[in-house]
Amino acid sequence: MIPPGVRRHARIIGYVLPSLARRWRKNTAVVVVYGLVIFLLASVVFLSQSLTGESLAGLAREPEIIVQKLSAGRHELIPVGALPSVTRIVGVRSGRARLWAYYTDPATRETLALVVPDTPRLDAGQMLAGPEFLRRRSLSVGDVVHLKTHTGASLALTVAGAIAPATALESAALLHVSAPAFRDLVGIADGLAMDLVLRVRNARELPTIATKITQALPDARPIIRGELVRTYKSVFSWRSGVIIGVLLVPVLAFIIFAWDKAAGLGVEERREIGILKAVGWETGDVILMKCYEAGVVSLAAFALGTALAVASLAVPRSPIIVPALTGWSTLYPSFMPTATVGAYQVATLFCLTVFPYLVATVIPAWRAATIDPDMVMRGS
Amino acid sequence: MRLTRSGGFFLLLGLLTAGVALAVTDASSRLALGARRIAANRALVRAYDLTDPCLFTDARYTRHPSLADRHSPFQDYPLALEHFPTGSLSMPPSHLAAGGWAHAADGNAAGTSARGR
Repeated sequence: MIPPGVRRHARIIGYVLPSLARRWRKNTAVVVVYGLVIFLLASVVFLSQSLTGESLAGLAREPEIIVQKLSAGRHELIPVGALPSVTRIVGVRSGRARLWAYYTDPATRETLALVVPDTPRLDAGQMLAGPEFLRRRSLSVGDVVHLKTHTGASLALTVAGAIAPATALESAALLHVSAPAFRDLVGIADGLAMDLVLRVRNARELPTIATKITQALPDARPIIRGELVRTYKSVFSWRSGVIIGVLLVPVLAFIIFAWDKAAGLGVEERREIGILKAVGWETGDVILMKCYEAGVVSLAAFALGTALAVASLAVPRSPIIVPALTGWSTLYPSFMPTATVGAYQVATLFCLTVFPYLVATVIPAWRAATIDPDMVMRGS
Repeated sequence: MRLTRSGGFFLLLGLLTAGVALAVTDASSRLALGARRIAANRALVRAYDLTDPCLFTDARYTRHPSLADRHSPFQDYPLALEHFPTGSLSMPPSHLAAGGWAHAADGNAAGTSARGR
């Protein structure tokens, strides 16, 4: 047995749906425009979330402390001989001098990363690459890639396999090479490395160890992984906040549009309300009907907008929003960040978009519901 | 005399036009002052061999885009994502963007790659 209250709601919804379908052109236009506004906002929210996830996943592989030498305030190559002076600090579990550098792909002008891995040891003529890098260049195991060395000579490297990437960016831009090949390619002399990396057992000792590093190597700067994590979280929320601030203009425009549409009832709608009231509908029923109309429209637009935003995460380097969020990371090959769509983000988006629309339509709905049926019937 | 609505409208229009005319007059009177300052700045740029107007001060590559390279935005660790706030306000200059002119100027950029089985 259905309770009468529920039956009333069900019947009003049953009336609303065909009523919306009768004015399908107008309602479709509203859903499309509203959906596009939600799509823009959702793209920013989802993409910034995904990029934060991407950067944190990349950082997870990094050691607790990175030590870089500075010269005139700039990053400088560090002597490998400096390693013992930092590994002997109490609390440092292990350390190594790291060889890595950026390499501009001459064919595409994209920025790739050359890294000499700790394990596995590669032969001088071998290289490993990310699966996306291999796929995009139609390379497979055994193929030979020719890269220019720092002197301009050509260096032939055989693809020995694919890297297991932690992130989409690693998949698209990471190349593992041997130490001799690396030094040939980028011209870093023996005895020099890009940075020193330290593993630390106890996270609470990190600030103390960092202080001791600056005492042992006054011209070096220690970078603590935790600080980078905080930086990435804040920079992506800053950037998404700026973009959402800009997007508030179309959102406001849409709210005004929604208000105007709901306030300016057409002759047919007035007649419809008049007839409904004449056949016994209460003012409350008409308000409820208008609320359900707004609910159906906004839910449809919300579903459309969020679905488009999730789908857009699969489009690498879409021209909308991506450059503003990624900044100079557009110099890397295009990559699709792993889509991370959280319930919190969806709920925030829902509150930001659906509620303003409901509020913008409920007051005009109340005005509409108080129409005198007699006046409408007389056509005045 | 009572001001009609259209009269009020035209009065407002007249006032606004006068305001615009005043602003234009003021701007043109400042042109000479601006020209002196620009000339002094030009002399400064020549004397110190300056490269860029410094629009942003946080990151080296957005402070002097003409001297930017492909390492400094991502220098913290391999494949670091660029993370300075102004990185999204000032896009990479054309000599760094794909297909740019800095083929030779860029450290490792020169060259071609090919593949074979």
